[in-house]
Amino acid sequence: MTRAMARTKRSRPASADAAVLVPKVTPKRFFGLGLPGVDLEKLTGKLIVVEGADGSGRSTQIARLVQWLEASGHHTLQVGLKRSTLVSEELETAQHGNILSRTTLSLFYATDFADQLENNILPALRAGSMVLADRYIYTLMVRDLVRGMDEGWLKNLYGIALVPDAVFYLEVRPEILVQRVFAKQQALDYWESGMDLGLSRDMFDSFLQYQSRMRDTFRRLQRHYRFDIIDAERSMDEVNAELRRRIEAVLAGDLTRQPAAG
Amino acid sequence: MTRTFADLGFPGRLIAVEGLDGSGKSTQIYLLKRWLEMRGLKVFFSEWNSSALVKSATSKGKKQNLLTPTTFSLIHATDFADRYERQLFPLLKAGYLVLCDRYIYTAFARDVVRGCPPAWVRGAYSFAARPDITFFFRSHLEVSLSRILDNRPTLKHHEAGMDLGLSADPYESFRIFQGRIFEQYLAMSTEFDFVVVDANQRIEEQQGLVRRLVESRINLEQFSASK
Repeated sequence: MTRAMARTKRSRPASADAAVLVPKVTPKRFFGLGLPGVDLEKLTGKLIVVEGADGSGRSTQIARLVQWLEASGHHTLQVGLKRSTLVSEELETAQHGNILSRTTLSLFYATDFADQLENNILPALRAGSMVLADRYIYTLMVRDLVRGMDEGWLKNLYGIALVPDAVFYLEVRPEILVQRVFAKQQALDYWESGMDLGLSRDMFDSFLQYQSRMRDTFRRLQRHYRFDIIDAERSMDEVNAELRRRIEAVLAGDLTRQPAAG
Repeated sequence: MTRTFADLGFPGRLIAVEGLDGSGKSTQIYLLKRWLEMRGLKVFFSEWNSSALVKSATSKGKKQNLLTPTTFSLIHATDFADRYERQLFPLLKAGYLVLCDRYIYTAFARDVVRGCPPAWVRGAYSFAARPDITFFFRSHLEVSLSRILDNRPTLKHHEAGMDLGLSADPYESFRIFQGRIFEQYLAMSTEFDFVVVDANQRIEEQQGLVRRLVESRINLEQFSASK
């Protein structure tokens, strides 16, 4: 048994008994024009999205949510950006070489997203699984918006996406984020520092500027899309407890914090 | 609606030809190119050469039949964007007469026939300016079909529209698929102000019409290579 599971049982003795809660099915929607040939009523699973910069604790939180959900009797599927069969390798190459122009790269990411949406996310939701997405269209849009891409164009493009049942944006101030990144890997990533924007030749400085633009844009989008902003400067346990509380409400069919189509 | 390169104040002009396979559009744009070159103008004929990167993803998707109408559309939009940003856009800024054998309308027709919402596809390509002139070579459907099918070519899966499940026979599938694409072209003719050329006329008659129209709409002297 993993540490996370042991913790689950200690903190939530209810999950130790045999009773398994059946999530309430709630209506699904697309952001925009949607995908051809999808019967929304057949999507009985839940789509839970965790957004946030590298170092915000995204992957740790998702790993712990998966443990908890499975222990509670739910089937889960994890998806993330740049993981499609179709174009993930090509995207990796493109990023390393920095060879594609902005619109091209943006469409490449949209292809990667659409491939996973149609081949992984939707089938899992049809099967009634809990899909945990390590970032979603919000990150893709925010990255492009800080690079000056047209918002209307992006909205139309990602109108194919399904509105998630819950979206959590793990927010950490850039000053704290940079410390967390250093504690983990001793170096800043070129893209996560927004070096392609030419904000500053000083990578540390560029990181701070870029991440605060990203945060501002996330906050602006939050007003249209109504996702949950989670204070992720707290301990992993505190954050996880909050996420679980909110997910429990979603599974029980509570729509009060439902994300909007924008 | 998106604007043309002239509207956007570019010094270059883009001329596109659209139509079914077998409509003779490639012949016409080739002859137009020859004429413009002979006049000593700065002409660039843009061929649909994908970058290695996009090509790798496209061929993988097609080979393994991984593509849905949406990913098919997006991967081709990516390919087009790459060509647009690296080649067409800079050339038009540099004041070239750019000739394109097929442009975004090919994608509009094909993707809508596959079931993508028309507004979504048009939106996805809205980063691209419209051509200054778009010729649509309107042929009899049967004539175009037989030009292609009489040689009994090996039709590729997507080329024949086999992914639409229209028929188990590739040739029959191709016929139905092309018929639907043709309907899309007709519907777009007014929406996008196509210059419709009767492609059942003799090659020379069509070319005469094309050249006269280009000369009347574009001040060709501006594109002189010696300038």
